[in-house]
Amino acid sequence: MVGVTATTDSRSAIDAVWRIESARLIAGLARMTRDVGLAEELAQDALVAALEQWPESGVPRNPGAWLMTTAKRRAVDTFRRNERYEKKLGEIGREQEYEEEPDFTAGLDDHIEDDLLRLVFTACHPVLSTEARVALTLKMIGGLQTHEIARAFLAKETAIAQRIVRAKKTLGDAKVPFEVPEGADRVARLSSVLEVIYLIFNEGYSATAGEDWMRPALCEEALRLGRILAGLMPKEPEVHGLVALMEIQASRSAARVGPNGEPVLLMDQDRTKWNRILIGRGLSALELSESLTGGAFGVYAAQAAIAACHARARTGEETDWARIAVLYEGLGKLNPSPVIELNRAVALSMAVGPEAGLEIVDKLTSEPALKAYHLLPSVRGDFLSKLGRLDEARAEFERAAEMTGNDRERTLLLNRAAECTPRV
Amino acid sequence: MRFMVIVKSDEKTDVAGAQPSAEELQEMGKFNEELVKAGVMLAGEGLLPSSEGFRLQYSGTTEARVVDGPFAESKELIAGFWILQVKDRAEVIEWMKRAPFREGEIEIRRIAELDDFDNATPEIVEHEKKLREQAEAK
Repeated sequence: MVGVTATTDSRSAIDAVWRIESARLIAGLARMTRDVGLAEELAQDALVAALEQWPESGVPRNPGAWLMTTAKRRAVDTFRRNERYEKKLGEIGREQEYEEEPDFTAGLDDHIEDDLLRLVFTACHPVLSTEARVALTLKMIGGLQTHEIARAFLAKETAIAQRIVRAKKTLGDAKVPFEVPEGADRVARLSSVLEVIYLIFNEGYSATAGEDWMRPALCEEALRLGRILAGLMPKEPEVHGLVALMEIQASRSAARVGPNGEPVLLMDQDRTKWNRILIGRGLSALELSESLTGGAFGVYAAQAAIAACHARARTGEETDWARIAVLYEGLGKLNPSPVIELNRAVALSMAVGPEAGLEIVDKLTSEPALKAYHLLPSVRGDFLSKLGRLDEARAEFERAAEMTGNDRERTLLLNRAAECTPRV
Repeated sequence: MRFMVIVKSDEKTDVAGAQPSAEELQEMGKFNEELVKAGVMLAGEGLLPSSEGFRLQYSGTTEARVVDGPFAESKELIAGFWILQVKDRAEVIEWMKRAPFREGEIEIRRIAELDDFDNATPEIVEHEKKLREQAEAK
């Protein structure tokens, strides 16, 4: 905000500390208690204590250590009140005795990265619904408050609060261990983690024209989560692939909406508005991903590589469509989908010519998944018109216009249909 | 939002060209690592003293003039910068309180997003105003 506030009040200072410290705090407490839900509640209690005390006493010099000390003391109190936790009390109590003026962050440093990673994997556990994974990840790793998550997803705060409570209970009931799985399980679980982060990103990205500032902020949040994960798992190529994809997509934010809020297609975007820092970061993340696999691509890295082709081209005409077509082919093998095939057809038509594109698209016309997908007739119409088969092209554009739900797009398609009418 | 953190130069680093000590470098490295691991650091570099810098001065139609450093007024010079992506002003303050500086001054400026002024139609201005009201009402 430009020049809105002259000073930063203690509430926003506490929010900032929370954002920086909460994930480590919860992760450390979860290692101690082996209970992610309880850890999150203890951390929240410490936050409440900070809100009560810091406005008077000022923010302590090492706020992270203060929060950890407070949370740990509360843990001991909680366990004391609850006999079922007697054993845990014993463990923590002993630890507590040794630490007169405890500096918990020092003790935590050895574990903190492992703990954080465990927290990420627990929050994204498949025992939870996708919505629950998203909410827990934003709350426990992103440090967002319940009302912020509710705002981002245009949901009621009570609904999100309930979702989080239920998710923590589900984790507890299922006795989900606080760990990073190994072997084949790890691969499957990692893909759940990446899916959650990309979902958060897309929630923000597709809502760039939305009214609420929180939704675009979700993109930044997802990027931050991705970068954190890349730091925690530097040897996983798909993590870097996802970060690359998000950085490059985010680099286009300023160019993808027109002055009146209308979407601007990739090829029509003003490339000078693309953010070069983010592109540079995306390209190096992609390079890192490739170097870890020796050039092979996973699903995210393949999409990032396609995005990188666009990012590298200074103008639309310079785009390396042949490479994009090859990349779509590879992506289709990893993740067969008629939409990817349609994209490959477009890339091939740009690289080789409309005949090559048409050949693929003709095979897709019987595809049930694309039955109501207006881009199929729209793309087919485009190829036909370029081949001079104007009557057929017009019919396709008209069909596409009937299928689209977007008024602007309908107008565009009807205009193209009209252009296919031979002028007398 | 993105902020540029500008580290001001001083007599010691600029004029005398003093190199940071091994300890200082190590502390700064640790701090940078924290920023990277928290996913907030987009870029950051240190600059060499102004004795290796130069200025280009433009005046009217005559050819631009090259003026070599070092420059006086070392407090006005820049020794390095970070570009951080954070949630708000409070967060960048909280991060930079943790920077290993013991004296001197840094300046923090928010980086303009393109909507801040480019083609600012009334709709965009209205939209931006609404966003700010919402942000403040938080």
